Amino acid sequence: MSMAANLTPDTDIGLWLEQQTNKSLLRFLTCGSVDDGKSTLIGRLLYDSQLILDDQLASLKKESHNRMVGDEGIDFSLLVDGLVAEREQGITIDVAYRFFSTDKRKFIVADTPGHEQYTRNMATGASNADLALLLIDARKGVLTQTRRHSFILSLIGVKHVVLVVNKIDLVDYSQDVFDRIVAEYNEFAKELGFKSLTAVPVSALRGDNMVANSERTPWYKGSPLVPYLEQIDVSEDRTQQKMRFPVQWVNRPNLDFRGFSGTVASGSVKVGDEVLVAASRVPAVVARIVTMDGEQQAAIAGEAVTLVLDREIDISRGDVLSHAGETPEYSNQFQARVVWMAEEAAQPGRSYLLKVGSQVMPASITNLKFKTNVNTLEQSPARNLELNEVGTLTISTDKPIAFDPYSENGLTGGFILIDRISNKTLGAGTIDFGLRRGQNLTYQSFDVDRQVRSAMKGQTAKIVWFTGLSGSGKSTVANLLEKRLTAEGKHCYILDGDNVRHGLNKDLGFTETDRVENIRRVAEVAKLMADAGLIVLVSFISPFRNERRTAREIAGDVEFVEVYVNTSLEVAEKRDPKGLYAKARAGQLQNFTGISSPFEAPEHPDIVLKGGELEPSELADQLHDYLVR
Amino acid sequence: MTSERMTHLRSLESESIEILREVAASFDRPVMMYSIGKDSSVLLHLARKAFYPSRIPFPLLHVNTTWKFKEMIAFRDRMAEQHGFKLISHTNQDGVEQGINPFDHGSSRFTDIMKTQALRQALNAGQYDAAIGGARRDEEKSRAKERIFSHRNASHAWDPKNQRPELWRVFNTRLNPGESMRVFPISNWTELDVWTYIYSENIELPSLYFAKKRPVVDRSGTLIMIDDDRFRFEPGEKPREEMVRFRTLGDYPLTGAIRSDAATLPEIIMEMQASRTSEREGRLIDSDSVGSMEKKKQEGYF
Repeated sequence: MSMAANLTPDTDIGLWLEQQTNKSLLRFLTCGSVDDGKSTLIGRLLYDSQLILDDQLASLKKESHNRMVGDEGIDFSLLVDGLVAEREQGITIDVAYRFFSTDKRKFIVADTPGHEQYTRNMATGASNADLALLLIDARKGVLTQTRRHSFILSLIGVKHVVLVVNKIDLVDYSQDVFDRIVAEYNEFAKELGFKSLTAVPVSALRGDNMVANSERTPWYKGSPLVPYLEQIDVSEDRTQQKMRFPVQWVNRPNLDFRGFSGTVASGSVKVGDEVLVAASRVPAVVARIVTMDGEQQAAIAGEAVTLVLDREIDISRGDVLSHAGETPEYSNQFQARVVWMAEEAAQPGRSYLLKVGSQVMPASITNLKFKTNVNTLEQSPARNLELNEVGTLTISTDKPIAFDPYSENGLTGGFILIDRISNKTLGAGTIDFGLRRGQNLTYQSFDVDRQVRSAMKGQTAKIVWFTGLSGSGKSTVANLLEKRLTAEGKHCYILDGDNVRHGLNKDLGFTETDRVENIRRVAEVAKLMADAGLIVLVSFISPFRNERRTAREIAGDVEFVEVYVNTSLEVAEKRDPKGLYAKARAGQLQNFTGISSPFEAPEHPDIVLKGGELEPSELADQLHDYLVR
Repeated sequence: MTSERMTHLRSLESESIEILREVAASFDRPVMMYSIGKDSSVLLHLARKAFYPSRIPFPLLHVNTTWKFKEMIAFRDRMAEQHGFKLISHTNQDGVEQGINPFDHGSSRFTDIMKTQALRQALNAGQYDAAIGGARRDEEKSRAKERIFSHRNASHAWDPKNQRPELWRVFNTRLNPGESMRVFPISNWTELDVWTYIYSENIELPSLYFAKKRPVVDRSGTLIMIDDDRFRFEPGEKPREEMVRFRTLGDYPLTGAIRSDAATLPEIIMEMQASRTSEREGRLIDSDSVGSMEKKKQEGYF
């Protein structure tokens, strides 16, 4: 039995094409592992919708010899898995997109791998899905992985779930087995907030309850799988929501036309509506809705259009338009849940780029509250977030952004985090709610400012940031420089790694996470001191590029001089003034820079001091000359 | 299309338009690949829609092997004129000087030099940071897993094991110096979607897609059309007039025609639904060796 209407010479082609163009679209994902029969299920869907071409079919029948086959004599899983060949290329573990259609609907299937190490891939597939097919092997029932998959679905906000109890033929089409599994799952899923949850007993291999109700399960009165997928309504949600129009591109062909191009993310907008810019709260009225096919009176969620407003107001890419009284949140702090997708762990305090809609800006994790075990849903405290872990945390952005809680709007509440050096996508997050705290906490401005304070001291306040290996000579040079500047009547202060670690940072160790926080705090202190008008000499190993960049950003408009004391590891290790290298070599010190933890040399330091080659006094002179140049 | 609810074609169209706008807004020097075929024609139509009433804000790049069907070149120039886009045509001049041709050098070597290398030359010369292409995920297995914004290293290579996760419609468009992006706005379209869209939007195509009497020779089941006098006949070979059309367009000596009477879009779609063999069947380069597409992509082919 097949789903798609055959074209025969008698078909009215005009009518048929009309039908093709008017189909609706459903994006769903399949979760479950190969053992649950996921490949067989997808293969069966492709087969039943006649997407298997004649030549493929012939070779499939040949290959299916001696395998588990259904009534058609075909092993459907062969259709989906390029198996051996693809696995060798190492990309099977990724999301694969597949397509099929019936007379009523076109389907885009995100086929995602099921194992725990592929949590990130499943989250990726789920992000664009309206519905999920959650496979369960009838013989095994609800497993740990079923719970994990369900948790990720709820995290990413997939609202409609079909529990596909597969291999029902292998439990003799038993209603008891089916009912037991469904009851157990319903109990578990209560908390997960799915809008619809339906269970279907199927045999993907034999085709039971796929396209039509099976005679072998007379006790099942519900809809077979495919008709259910054809009729379920998942679209109503988005057009009913509050209107959001993220501006993607300013359309300015000539001086007479200025439009704002974008896709209506949710709700609908009409000509004559008053809209507000989320950031500036400046209102305007929609004068025209322009498309190449002609002007429209209204545009609904999902439509890509160009809005022309009745007056000139300041709008650029990244701005979000909404109706008055229904504006999105606008804040520089929010709580979110993040799935980490990179080998290098997420570090609170480190600066990342955050992209939500078309807004991009620096952001950092300010408070990692806890992580959630994806198998047990248990929460536990965490200092960082490793690959495939899910954490609940607060994020602060450099400037306020417009957003909605993800539960209210998936397109304005979902974001990605990007590494600022490699530009890789590191994680994906969903916003729980905005934190007002950040908004209300504005800077108190005083009349006596940094300029006044440094002028009184006859100097320009600045931060001189020394970076280099332990034993490279940072503190020695900083000390000589301070003596010389002080002799010249300047006001300086040295922040030294070891000294600060005895006080302010005594709660921090030497893991990557703690090093990030160590540098953040010191950079903030240096900023305050420079604000007091001082020349601040910071002598810290500061081995990571990212944190030095953060320090520079924290400094803001304070002059920031990055000094790289470039002393080779051999020289530094030979000096070993504190005996630390010896300890590290003996394995008594973990995470020691240069030995068991990397030092990322600066790419563009303001000045390089050649440690092993010149005397410290000569280096101090060089630096002094640079600073007073 | 003016339907009240979002049909699947309308959803696909909006998604593609959003992607095209994201490219224009995020990259310094984008370019759109233009191969003159049906997928390119859909892409061109979508780009016009995305930026209307502005003109397409990036150039279209055609890699000309000098062996394209004559009609394709005429069609290309007419489209550029009609729609006012900037057209860049690039040919690998080294290849021309060496006399590289599909008869003496075989399809694989010819394609490598006149297509893959030519494309790299053109992308380097233009210093393009984003190249938009018309590939679809339903075309081929390795494409099913490729991102819409697909990252390329400084030597234009794709690293399938190291792709950036792509969630929602939030695309990571960031690049380091020398790197580039390949962008595939119609990733989620199927061949049938492309045809029905062409039908419902009335998009003009080169007439090579439609059946007509054309001079062809039959080479072990593949019908090759004689498009100019550079064609090399094998001993005893003579062109015959046959009703044929093309399912894909490329270099004429490497593109097989199919026997067909389908002279209108509905007839083509009907024939396609009935014939049920894969689209790339007529394309000789893909059958050179198993996994050849995968390999070409890693080397920088689209």
